[in-house]
Amino acid sequence: MALIEVKNLSKIYRDNEIETIALGNINLTVHEGEFVAIVGPSGSGKSTLLQVLGCLDRPTSGEYLIDGKALNSYSDDELALIRNKKMGFVFQAFNLLPRLSVLENVKLPLIYGGIGEPRRTEIAKKMVDLVGLNERSDYKTAKLSGGQKQRVAIARALVNDPKVIFADEPTGNLDSKSGEVILDFLQKLNDEGRTVIIVTHESYVAQSAKRIIKVSDGRIESDEAVKGQRIIRRDGLVK
Amino acid sequence: MAIIGLTTHKIRTFLTILGIVIGITAITIVTSLGSSAEGFILGELENFGSNVAFVIPGREGNFGEESILTDSLREKDVEALNNKNNVPDAEMIVPFVFGPTVVAYESEKYHTSLLGASPGNKEVDKLELADGEFINDEDVDQKASVIILGSGVKEDLFGASDAIGEKVKIKERLYRVIGILEPKGQSLFVDYDKVAIVPYTTAQQYILGYDYIQRIVVMAISTEAVPGMVKDIEKTIRDSHNIENPDDDDFHVQTPEDAAKTFSTITDVLTILLGSIAAISLVVGGVGIMNIMLVSVTERTREIGLRKALGAKNGDILAQFLIEAIILTGAGGIMGIISGSLLSYIGTIIIYQFGGIDFPFSSPLSGALLGIGVSTAIGFVFGIYPAHQASKKSPMESLRYE
Repeated sequence: MALIEVKNLSKIYRDNEIETIALGNINLTVHEGEFVAIVGPSGSGKSTLLQVLGCLDRPTSGEYLIDGKALNSYSDDELALIRNKKMGFVFQAFNLLPRLSVLENVKLPLIYGGIGEPRRTEIAKKMVDLVGLNERSDYKTAKLSGGQKQRVAIARALVNDPKVIFADEPTGNLDSKSGEVILDFLQKLNDEGRTVIIVTHESYVAQSAKRIIKVSDGRIESDEAVKGQRIIRRDGLVK
Repeated sequence: MAIIGLTTHKIRTFLTILGIVIGITAITIVTSLGSSAEGFILGELENFGSNVAFVIPGREGNFGEESILTDSLREKDVEALNNKNNVPDAEMIVPFVFGPTVVAYESEKYHTSLLGASPGNKEVDKLELADGEFINDEDVDQKASVIILGSGVKEDLFGASDAIGEKVKIKERLYRVIGILEPKGQSLFVDYDKVAIVPYTTAQQYILGYDYIQRIVVMAISTEAVPGMVKDIEKTIRDSHNIENPDDDDFHVQTPEDAAKTFSTITDVLTILLGSIAAISLVVGGVGIMNIMLVSVTERTREIGLRKALGAKNGDILAQFLIEAIILTGAGGIMGIISGSLLSYIGTIIIYQFGGIDFPFSSPLSGALLGIGVSTAIGFVFGIYPAHQASKKSPMESLRYE
């Protein structure tokens, strides 16, 4: 079943009469359980595409359906609910709240999802365990390493049991070793049946996906399934 | 959640709420000292008892010298008031005069207030004698040269030695000391420790040099009888002065209740005045809060974007920033109440120490409630715009914000 369906979608920015076409006439279907990498040079529109797919931004025109429902007429709050219940986000810059503890950061989506205590703590703890940070769950996130921060972000993305994880350059701020750990996590999630959509400009990261969509000048240039081995490391060795 | 945003910049947060702290401090002081002053004045007026009325020369509203120098009240008015048929509810008629004078004993001189009294002044002014006796009706009738000294006057002129029976001089005339007052302390109108009392008839003839009366206190048989008695007094003196139309009155009758109302008006005006200054400070403080909240919203754009990405609705963000603003101003309010109460308390102590007035410290509870209410309201009013700005940010643009 199609999880996300996009028809004739475009995103145009207007700044003082000057129009910038960030996305033009995109048609795309993502099925449940897919692992999609969106690649392309900077300024190609790949991040904009991810943000529109993640309901963080509204398209200028075109249709967007999730689980078969068109979201065009949804209000800000309805979109917030969709993000909260169906989507999880992992960002390049981690975007954790540095003064909160690991556990409190992971709890955030549950707070906005209306999950009360003590269930909130229970679920959040499980996720912190899952990413292997249970011993650091009371640490302020400012004190963690980059790799640990991104694991907190993954725990936070998973805490509402979303259907799809959006990851925008999740390894961009990490050393290769930490980056691999994060990719391993994303693959494991995908193996368990969760849909993962990742934006990257590094081909070795893209190679860990099952499907690669190349974006250029706001258009889809190619859309291909990855053949053969899925795990390819930066040094080119196959795991 | 909101607290975290506030503790990030402790000094900035404190400076921001300083305006609120000062404003609420001012409000607390105004309400506390205001009610202290009112309590003090009402207490002083109660001193007279609630069953008295003052007959004052001149029309109502003639304050100061004009009413003191108006010579409309005369002995015949006292006689008319003393007639039971005219004012049946009057228990005691107490005419008196007053003015500055100099009391001398041997080489010592003492500048003081002179009270030309009636025997009834002892009860009306609640005077206690440390030694000797008060003037009596005979002294008044005979314009006797007798004097009662306040404790301070006696101390100054005689020191520790006995003053009863000694003679002091006022305007080249000798007066025999027949009584010494107990120390009483400063009261609202007169410092009885620094007063010299002679019969009013004596004061008129030999010291002040006029034959009119400055005040007549009429004591009623009961508090309930006062309003009716005031009407009787007015009628009696109008008859005595041949006045037909009340608009032509050359006197007026005042009760402590009237005076209390006048003082309340004065304190109300002062409260409004100082309250306005406090209000200005609060508005300035509120603008400061709004300014810093706008800065905070900009600084935390990415946080807002993230929270929205995680499912925060516009209302959640609005509530978060509004609560922050209210916590800010509320904290300022609480600090203001504490410092205001402290300063008021110190103020009453200073007034007691240096003014010798037993100024009661009144609990600033109403001021505190007002302060909490006002500071919360300011947080709300000045926080709503920044909070609204925060809530309507697009999640995507906020996340991209550097």
